[in-house]
Amino acid sequence: MGKITCAQMLMRCLKKEGVEVIFGIPGGVMIPVYDALLESDIRHILVRHEQCAAHAADGYARATGRTGVCMATSGPGATNLVTGIANAYMDSIPIVAITGQVARSKIGTDAFQEADTTGITAPITKHNYLIKNPEELPFVVKEAFYIASTGRPGPVLIDIPVDVSTEMIDEKKINETMKLPGYKPTIKGNKKQIKEAASRIYSSKRPVVFAGGGVVASNASRELRKLVKTIEAPVITSLLGKGCYPETDDLSLGMAGMHGAKYANITFTETDLIIAIGVRFDDRVTGKLSEFAKNICVIHIDIDPAEIGKNVAVSVPVVGDAKIVMEDLEKVYREIEAKKGKNKRNDWLKRVEMLKKQYPLKYDRDSGAMKPGYIIEKIYELTEGEAIICTEVGQNQMWASQYYKFKEPRRLITSGGLGTMGFGFPAAIGAKVGMPDKTVIDIAGDGSIQMVSQEMATATSNNIPVKIMLLNNGYLGMVRQWQEFFWEKRYSHTGIYNCVDFVKLVEAYGGAGIRVTKKEEVEGAIREALKIDKLVLVDFLIEREENVFPMVAPGSTIDKMIEEDR
Amino acid sequence: MKHIISVLVENKSGVLAKVAGLFSRRGFNIESLAVGPTEDIAISRITLVADAEEHSIEQITKQLYKLINVIKIQELDPANIVERELLLIKVSADSRTRPEILEIVSIFRANIVDVGKKTLMIEITGNNSKVRALEDLLKPFGILELVRTGKIACTRGSKA
Repeated sequence: MGKITCAQMLMRCLKKEGVEVIFGIPGGVMIPVYDALLESDIRHILVRHEQCAAHAADGYARATGRTGVCMATSGPGATNLVTGIANAYMDSIPIVAITGQVARSKIGTDAFQEADTTGITAPITKHNYLIKNPEELPFVVKEAFYIASTGRPGPVLIDIPVDVSTEMIDEKKINETMKLPGYKPTIKGNKKQIKEAASRIYSSKRPVVFAGGGVVASNASRELRKLVKTIEAPVITSLLGKGCYPETDDLSLGMAGMHGAKYANITFTETDLIIAIGVRFDDRVTGKLSEFAKNICVIHIDIDPAEIGKNVAVSVPVVGDAKIVMEDLEKVYREIEAKKGKNKRNDWLKRVEMLKKQYPLKYDRDSGAMKPGYIIEKIYELTEGEAIICTEVGQNQMWASQYYKFKEPRRLITSGGLGTMGFGFPAAIGAKVGMPDKTVIDIAGDGSIQMVSQEMATATSNNIPVKIMLLNNGYLGMVRQWQEFFWEKRYSHTGIYNCVDFVKLVEAYGGAGIRVTKKEEVEGAIREALKIDKLVLVDFLIEREENVFPMVAPGSTIDKMIEEDR
Repeated sequence: MKHIISVLVENKSGVLAKVAGLFSRRGFNIESLAVGPTEDIAISRITLVADAEEHSIEQITKQLYKLINVIKIQELDPANIVERELLLIKVSADSRTRPEILEIVSIFRANIVDVGKKTLMIEITGNNSKVRALEDLLKPFGILELVRTGKIACTRGSKA
């Protein structure tokens, strides 16, 4: 009977869970774990700040659909992970974070680099563990991966005291089974509810499908497309749902909400029935909540019962996995059609088509200036819409989501719920590690990239050739836009002009830098960036006070949009 | 409106903190809380009373269910339960007032559990209205200290 250390056991357990890569930084109490990592064939990507380890694991998970793993030491290592974990929690992304902890006998004594990691992360994890008994380790790892990736996915943290890592354990313990009496996600939707939903949809005159991150999480893109084809209803997505229905399709209305397309927002106010799938009705989508979906039928399909009825009153709740519920719903709907004939809604579809023509997303295409919309459209064109696009948070994020058309899920990787500046670049690193054959682009802003620019070292030293397309306006642009619109142009501390030479910065890290100052240079620069097989940053010096249009003012109803007057 | 919620959880360290933390995080106030192991030592029961609207209680129940260590949640129907709380009341008592206090205690079927030179300690169990009535009656004598447990409750009949 062989005995191994718990650290070695941890590596074996991770391997068993199919882990191929870990993003992290070692530290004092993590030395035993990192020592065991040397003998393992699991790849480790050494980042330069723990927050980026969590973001990279998150980006890896979003791009591949597999659970991402990050690791950090106790105290500051763990607290640096916090933003990344909170980000994954808000967007329901499966990651497992492993942190070191001070020795068991020192817990609670304010020891060097001690922090109450499980206490700090309780509100931002789906579940967390502090391993006090070495025997628990094998089944805790198994549970962690199971919890992170099933039901409504989310981050799980395992905190391991250093003296647990070094303790010996019987290697057969790896076969220990899980004990989760309180965890049974509902997968199959209630039959009666599905029937009710189908008949409500059938009798609706103006239905619209509203699909979100839940469709992506459940890998239900195919089922969604089938359902939409059967019902023949227009499809709106949330930011995180982008790509789960092809945005190049006639029935797609893209994204609704604060910076959504006006036609999508008007469709939301004219519909008589919303089929909401895997969405949580965030305030950025609904605008003034009390006026949203007022007096209409809302069917809400979600695996998390707590989301149903949380923000918007629901007529037909269906708790279950989006994939399975949509499959059943489509079948039942077809049965109704077989009995009663097809419900053609030509007037409604024509109306939606007309709205699309009447209120297109627009920027001044004739302008000689280098418009962000133009840059994004060029990126779309030159990557043939096949790249994985990561974004930072703010104007860059909204321009990217407006002008890049997503045809497949897991192609837009963006921080939706938490809105974490500095997410995009480390997430792009994670995405590229998971999908090495894909072109991975971070559409960045100059504010966001400065929060994580140290990760350029991670990208170059590990040969991770991601492309940073920097929309550089010398402002914390989205906040500046709000100050312009709602605070009488009082630009309090949003100017960050001329403080960094980004081309020199990326070159200092061993990457390539290209500066673009004119519209005519955009295409050539993107082509070149796509050819270079290492970290590239393209510094697009865009108009400083460019705004994101259209826009719903906070607290306003979504059909009232501020538009560019020309 | 007051709601009595009974939560069965895995008997592990940190679970109570997770339950209590969830309440404060979602903006709910816990009025009373009692916790202890059940007939199965691996499982604890948390009985808590919260004052909230119907919609809020539904939301908090759903959120509680999402905690991995929570096994079962039951909102108890006040019409169909036996509910108890226990109070220890230390009250001033001299030779003049003592007989009167003893009489009240006996009417309420409460117990004297400690007798001091100038004090009496009274133990009472019962539902909220009973213990409150006793508290009111004892007030004029001078309550020196009052300690109460959180409310616990059990559904009547054979239904678990």
